[in-house]
Amino acid sequence: MWNYLLKRVALALLILFGVSALIYLLSMLMPADYIDNQTAAAVQMGTMTLDDVQRLKELYGLADKSLPGIAKSYLKWLTSALSGDLGYSFVYGRPVTDVLSQYIWISFLIAFISYLLEIVIGIPMGIKASVNQYSAYDYTVSVFAMMGTALPSFFLSALLMNVFAIRLGILPLQGLTTATKIFPHNAYFQILLDKAWHLVLPITVLTLLGVGGLMKFTRTNMLEVLNSDYIRTARAKGLSEHTVVYKHAFRNTLIPLVTSLSGMLPGLFGGAMITETVFAIPGIGYMALRATQQGDIPFIMGYNMFLSILTVLGMLISDIMYMVVDPRVKLS
Amino acid sequence: MGLLDKWRQIKQAEAEQGIDHTMYLTLKEERRISRENNRIIRQFEREKNRKNVPEEEYLTKMRDPNNVVEFENLHTYFFTDVGTVKSVNGVTFDIPQGKVVGVVGESGCGKSVTSLSLMQLVQAPQGQIVSGSIRYQDRNGKCYEITKMPRDKMLKVRGKEIAMIFQEPMTSLNPVFKIGEQMDEVVLLHEEDATPKMARERSLEMLNLVGIADPQKVYNNYPHELSGGMRQRVMIAMALSCTPRLIIADEPTTALDVTIQAQILELLRDVKNKINGSIMLITHDLGVIAEMADYVVVMYAGRIIEKGTVREIFHNPKHPYTIGLMRSKPSGKTKDNRLYSIKGQVPNPINMPNHCYFFNRCDRAIEICAEEYPEMVQFTDTHSAACHLCRNGGLMDTNSTKEQR
Repeated sequence: MWNYLLKRVALALLILFGVSALIYLLSMLMPADYIDNQTAAAVQMGTMTLDDVQRLKELYGLADKSLPGIAKSYLKWLTSALSGDLGYSFVYGRPVTDVLSQYIWISFLIAFISYLLEIVIGIPMGIKASVNQYSAYDYTVSVFAMMGTALPSFFLSALLMNVFAIRLGILPLQGLTTATKIFPHNAYFQILLDKAWHLVLPITVLTLLGVGGLMKFTRTNMLEVLNSDYIRTARAKGLSEHTVVYKHAFRNTLIPLVTSLSGMLPGLFGGAMITETVFAIPGIGYMALRATQQGDIPFIMGYNMFLSILTVLGMLISDIMYMVVDPRVKLS
Repeated sequence: MGLLDKWRQIKQAEAEQGIDHTMYLTLKEERRISRENNRIIRQFEREKNRKNVPEEEYLTKMRDPNNVVEFENLHTYFFTDVGTVKSVNGVTFDIPQGKVVGVVGESGCGKSVTSLSLMQLVQAPQGQIVSGSIRYQDRNGKCYEITKMPRDKMLKVRGKEIAMIFQEPMTSLNPVFKIGEQMDEVVLLHEEDATPKMARERSLEMLNLVGIADPQKVYNNYPHELSGGMRQRVMIAMALSCTPRLIIADEPTTALDVTIQAQILELLRDVKNKINGSIMLITHDLGVIAEMADYVVVMYAGRIIEKGTVREIFHNPKHPYTIGLMRSKPSGKTKDNRLYSIKGQVPNPINMPNHCYFFNRCDRAIEICAEEYPEMVQFTDTHSAACHLCRNGGLMDTNSTKEQR
């Protein structure tokens, strides 16, 4: 097993290397880079000459856009990245690692709470729907699940914002704190409550988007298991329907569920770009979108590498969990 | 020859062979069937879901107190989207105490559904016992009407009084639980004041009984670590652990290779004697029947076409289908290169004809065979067959039967 893991890690390093090279190349080849974006207005007004722009580009390391030039600057980025230094973000003017470590937590909090809610809601619903296949409950839940999965997140966000924040006015519209309220410095609990209140809508959106898929996944797997021979055996033993479903069947459905859900865990740090942006929540997704729009290459690189590592980690965890929950699987 | 003519010719040939492709339904018909099905299924399910049914409602009397189970005119139907499939269509036979009853027939003739009806395990909600009765006598002499028994009461019969062994040992054990855990479960469930320690001891004893060399090791194994034969032994051990009155063995050897088959049959016969129980042996292998059974029931398209003692069925088969079955069994004696097979197919299970179901495949059909379904004709106390040729005390020419064999 350790051999297998070692092999997987080596492979992961190779993948990460490839990913980093590709992203670096692509972001260097973007038609308008950070300096172009920043100086376009000044150049148009005549307050800056093209020479000034060129000098700035050299300063930022964006001047040489030929292939060998990109390769050279990539190697420079790679050596410093390997030593743990991801460089300075152009947009935020701070080390990329600082920005990442500051903003991932709020993203993780939102994602993690909705992840838990999805599990708590989606799995029991899926089980119930599969046990009562083709019943009114099954159809109703399936339709709502489909709707949740099919709705684009920005649309659902806008819809909920309209209803709950604008029409009913019971939930805040955007942001993480109420700007019109001033809290005393030591009113930690009130501040916490205020923030939590702001997170209700984004968490709802993420949960609604994810719960349908999980419910469908549980239902499909459960149905497959419920039709298998060993469930018939369990019934022939005289076990109650409850034991048959929740012990014998669910323990088998748990295999695909645990592997896919545990694989999602690292991804929770990645941020929900669209939802965070719509709700103007300063999470990592929101920060990354802003940086990407402006061609902030160190931040793009840092963020995407972070995402790649999370993905690779997720797959690894998934594999390990597969071995843990399924006695038939031996990693080798 | 035009394409159309050719098509007609094919159709005609198919019609002669009894192949019916006209299963196309219009949307209207489909909707009607589905509505009808829903209504019927709801009715049956409501009946089954009743709580606190008084015991008198499902207590009954056996026709013969020596029987463990009596099937009487059992009808089990499946209400599918294309129509009603009459899987079991009026089946009557008994399983006497301490005997082995073999049920033979080709795939899809209703053997398994009969046994599942007895366990109330027919795939609901589509599959329902529509009418008829299944009487079961427990070890205290109390008789139950299985078709009317509420679900929670049935749980006490399954596994404890009637145990089942399935065809596919490879998939019939839960892959994520250890053998021991799956075996202990039965004991803990059915034995009053059973402790985990007692269950463990019982399981090990049973594993030993079915001839597993290292019960301790197998007890802690997962199913995938065992071979097919071993798994079938485990299934048998599991079925035995509450010393049931009846074991239903649904093609217990079909998925196993021949050497293991013999061992498993030997084992089944052995344990039957040890626990003094009965076996309902479902198979399409006549060799297995000849070796194991005391009584034989031959089914065809959901009905019993012949039943009798194993001697009567093998030495003096009456129904042309049984005779055909006997002939299609490979034997070292004949020098024919080709194995005999009954031509044609079982009729479409939806829209069964009202004449004899075997009519279009029978090589001695007479006029009346196309007109009405034959009644059961009694030859001896135990032997009877449903065939027009057998009426009037066996009109069939036995000499020609021998010739054909």
